[in-house]
Amino acid sequence: MAEILQLLIFGVVLGSILALGAVGLSLVYGILRFAHFAHGDLMTLGAYFALTLIVSLQLPFFLALPVSAAATILVALLADKLVYRPLRRTQPVILLIASVGIALILRSAIQLIWGSRVHTYGQGIQMPYRIADITIKPDHILIVVGSIALITAMHFFLKNTKIGKAMRAMSDNRDLAQVTGIDTDRIILWTWGIGILLASCGGMFLALDTQLHPVIGWRLLLPIFAAAILGGIGRPYGAIAGGLVIGLAQELSTLAISPAYKPAVAFALMVVVLIVRPKGIFAGRSI
Amino acid sequence: MLEVRDIYGGYGGVDILNGVSLTVKPGEMVVIIGPNGAGKSTVMKAVFGLVKVREGTISFEEKEITNLLPNEVTQRSICYVPQTENIFPTLTIAENLDMGAFIRNDDYSHQVEMVYELFPILREKRRLPAGSLSGGQRQMVAMGRALMLEPRLLLLDEPTAGLAPAIVEDMFAMIKKINDLGVSILMVEQNAKHALGMADRGYVLTTGQNRIDDTGPNLLNNREVAEMFLGG
Repeated sequence: MAEILQLLIFGVVLGSILALGAVGLSLVYGILRFAHFAHGDLMTLGAYFALTLIVSLQLPFFLALPVSAAATILVALLADKLVYRPLRRTQPVILLIASVGIALILRSAIQLIWGSRVHTYGQGIQMPYRIADITIKPDHILIVVGSIALITAMHFFLKNTKIGKAMRAMSDNRDLAQVTGIDTDRIILWTWGIGILLASCGGMFLALDTQLHPVIGWRLLLPIFAAAILGGIGRPYGAIAGGLVIGLAQELSTLAISPAYKPAVAFALMVVVLIVRPKGIFAGRSI
Repeated sequence: MLEVRDIYGGYGGVDILNGVSLTVKPGEMVVIIGPNGAGKSTVMKAVFGLVKVREGTISFEEKEITNLLPNEVTQRSICYVPQTENIFPTLTIAENLDMGAFIRNDDYSHQVEMVYELFPILREKRRLPAGSLSGGQRQMVAMGRALMLEPRLLLLDEPTAGLAPAIVEDMFAMIKKINDLGVSILMVEQNAKHALGMADRGYVLTTGQNRIDDTGPNLLNNREVAEMFLGG
């Protein structure tokens, strides 16, 4: 029983991180209309920016987080300006392949700058809280609370601000958004801003929870896609649920099979959803 | 107010418009009719900057607007309601109206009020997603959205297409009401008889050219028009 509860906690922590990635991926898919394969590597980049700030500049994590997120957003905007924007009027598959290129460039740049060895934020050993046989690390609470705060903020942004409503409008119908006079280029910049803010925070949370290495985000890409597809791609709210389902499924699967198969669990779930409910459990855009 | 002079243009190098001219005067309701493929919708898209004009000019209130981008045309006080997919289905009705007012930075609550006065059912359903509405109600949202900028000219592309016959009548009555508020209207319509009956003037287009231009009533009584569109 305690083991299951413990895995549930791990699952919620992983699910929160996956949700942060999947929400951004879904937003970008809905508004820019392509599967953004560089999403995972931008998560990695955010985590490495934070590494420099925490280890070299001795900044506390909560200060490093917004600064690293801002720097990662700038990199995403640069990629948009130099690569995605000129290709915007072509087919989605061309943008998809271009984003794979960006992903490879980012990963190589990270290896060049920070090396390929494993890093940690090195904040020493934390005393976990113990309740009966269950242990909870303070970092886990930070990750879950931080994710909830970020996603709640995104929810209010999408629901209540003019830009947020315009993002949803553009995701609904891009041509009509243009005809209505919505400045679609500006909305695209905001989409990168919000999507990469969430993704880079997800990357930093993951590095905080585990260890940092250059393929941390790339390995996360599959479960993130699985989460986004499960929730109905293009639907940020579905992606939150999708993230939690995949996170929990991955952790609980270790009861029965080797932890080495965790990525396979996400993949299997994605395939099943694509076969049974291709529009996602919450019926999003068909893909 | 709107002056379209001898325009040529179309999609991807193939001309659909082969010299179309038309005018809309302040406060007028003007209808474009013609067989399928005559370029009716294309004229409208050309005015709105959605179709490239290769030759000829379009001007609005004495200023040239040929080949401006759609959002630039919007800023000149021309709004456009496409024939299909003309609402944001997952946004609520109120949010659809907010999007119509996207480029406004002033307080537009009086205009929201005006749209709800015009279409009372929308006020009742303002918190529902627009995608949950019936065809006629969606068309109201689409027109309401386009009215949010208080346009001086409204372009309507087949506003009654696909609507149940019972509500076609209502839709025309609402369009007439909008026109009576002082908004000039340029409209493409399949429902020629009805549209000509209430229009000030009409243009008959065939193969991307002007065929007949006359007042609404005269076109209704025109033998050629009757044979072509009104079923003899």
